[in-house]
Amino acid sequence: MKVSPDIARIKRLKQSIAFAVFRLTSYLIVAVLFVILAFIIVRGASAISWEFLTAMPAEGMTQGGIYPAIIGTLLLVLGSMLFAFPIGVLSGIYINEYTKDGVLKRFIKLMTNNLAGIPSIVFGLFGMSLFVNTLDFGDSILAGSLTLGLLALPVVIRTTEESLKAVDNNFRHGSYALGATKLQTIRRVVLPISLPNILTGLILSIGRVSGETAPILFTVAVYSISHLPHSIYDQVMALPYHLYVITTSGTNIEESRPMAYGTALVLIVIVLLVNLLANAFRRYFGNKVKMN
Amino acid sequence: MLSSSITSITVLLIIIFLFREGLGLFGKSPVEHGSYLAVNKANPVKELSADQVKRIFDQEITNWKEVGGNNDSIILFRIDDIENYFTEEQLGDTFQYVPQCVSKLVDSIPGVFAFVLDKYIEKDFQGRVLDIDGISAKDFFAGKEWFPTAHPAAVFGTLPIILGTIWVSLFAILLALPLGLAAAVYMAEIASDRVRRILKPLIELLAGIPSVVYGFFGLIVIVPEIQKLFDLPVGETALAGSIVLGIMALPTIITVSEDAIRTTPRAMKEASLALGATRWQTIVRVIIPYSISGITAGAILGVGRAIGETMAVLMVTGNAAVIPHSILEPVRTIPATIAAELGEVEQGGLHYQSLFMLGCILFFLTLIINLTVEYISSKRKLGKSH
Repeated sequence: MKVSPDIARIKRLKQSIAFAVFRLTSYLIVAVLFVILAFIIVRGASAISWEFLTAMPAEGMTQGGIYPAIIGTLLLVLGSMLFAFPIGVLSGIYINEYTKDGVLKRFIKLMTNNLAGIPSIVFGLFGMSLFVNTLDFGDSILAGSLTLGLLALPVVIRTTEESLKAVDNNFRHGSYALGATKLQTIRRVVLPISLPNILTGLILSIGRVSGETAPILFTVAVYSISHLPHSIYDQVMALPYHLYVITTSGTNIEESRPMAYGTALVLIVIVLLVNLLANAFRRYFGNKVKMN
Repeated sequence: MLSSSITSITVLLIIIFLFREGLGLFGKSPVEHGSYLAVNKANPVKELSADQVKRIFDQEITNWKEVGGNNDSIILFRIDDIENYFTEEQLGDTFQYVPQCVSKLVDSIPGVFAFVLDKYIEKDFQGRVLDIDGISAKDFFAGKEWFPTAHPAAVFGTLPIILGTIWVSLFAILLALPLGLAAAVYMAEIASDRVRRILKPLIELLAGIPSVVYGFFGLIVIVPEIQKLFDLPVGETALAGSIVLGIMALPTIITVSEDAIRTTPRAMKEASLALGATRWQTIVRVIIPYSISGITAGAILGVGRAIGETMAVLMVTGNAAVIPHSILEPVRTIPATIAAELGEVEQGGLHYQSLFMLGCILFFLTLIINLTVEYISSKRKLGKSH
């Protein structure tokens, strides 16, 4: 059978054009990312100084720094992780190690996925209704952390589950063969192997939680507060909320622009750090586990 | 065991609490709590809808016959107006005679429409308190106007907000889907492993940027550009929202579609190549048809992300609660409405309840989307195991 050379050439030409378009599209998307990053880094860099990071805001958010917002975000991240990490990991272990394949497992997974898909503003509504009003925590670090914790829960559960699933069954069988119980096997064999991946999940959920605005709008965040929090029942400022307020509804939006760029940059740096850390973790420990 | 059911419990609690706060809205009178609307005894009009009340007070309706009454022009009366009708002496030095004055006034003017606090209405009131229709589900879901703070009767029509949400999200996916699909195909089938290892974390990074930063970028860069480009009075439009949401939905679409494309069996691809098809023909005729359900799942998930997104949309779409006619007009979405208004409402009031009801709508929209995706991917798994 002979293929006409023309048809073959046209086919190849079509392919080259299509591939070029696809490649360009992919690069375009990456370019968008770099434009956003570059824009904020370039404009924000001039606002960053030691004072900006460690001083209280002054003169209606046009001077001073964002120290209380940084502290607030750190506290919220810490609080939400204290809640979500243990529960999430336990839940992941239970799902992967103790539940048999079947209706129950599918239902639990379905619910976890549903929880992950609920918009963050709905978490905000829920947090306001349950923690702030019903349980009467008021607008507080406690209410905000719990709301953010619920939001991070599906991320922790799913990464835990995935990392446990990745552990080769031979390890488990080997451990059983040596007479270890199921609990011992999980504690001494399965968890140590999957720990790096579980921690990667933790890091990623920290990234997610630190940038969320909608869930803290009505549960903890405050525009301006003159002192740092004294207890978990205090309100705090938070980086993402701070950025939102000084860009859209501050008293002097134009003059606080440099502060906004600076705040955006701090948020971006957190995200970059989290991503780099997670990737480095994955690579470093990924190799180590394989070597064993 | 308990810890694994926490997600189910949370989902259940979310449903319970949203409805507990929101359902009280229906059947309630939209008139401000503790106030009444009163008319002259002889007035045949028995009840009005909230929308009619609003239009009367906006002076769009000026005659009773437009709402089924006599041919009398409507004379609005608010309690502040009382000094135009009575002297200070008549009202009393501590305003103790105000109720009698109100009663006398309503009795003497046939076309009066009075908005008064309940403390001014006493037993021997000479007028008639008007019934205002309670808020019905129909008003709420099909009402075309959203004026939650209108005096004296608030109007809660969510149609413009629901349409605004769907409008912005669909257009965002229209922008993002071709780009995302192209990138997914490129990463899964065309790019070398090395390129892919660079691209993948960058796409993940795109997903990691906080939405408020996207909103900030959109507000400072995209909004002014749109204003200049289309010569608009304001750049805060549905288009700006769609562009920002499109960028934000890209990582979801790319990741899910790429995974789907990767599951195409090697044998299938090789069979196609062996028949003399080029790689491009294989992609179009074999790989994409095979993974189309996964790609659909990615697109639907992207819509879900876009519908639920709050901060970025709040910052760039202009938040006008009107039914959108073009993408160059400001719109308002469900999450943006909740975020913008919940901070200022009285807890447990009508406005508060209506925002929780909006939350319920949003919750079920995303729930349907999640379940659809779940259904599609479970069918894929079944299909593959055969």
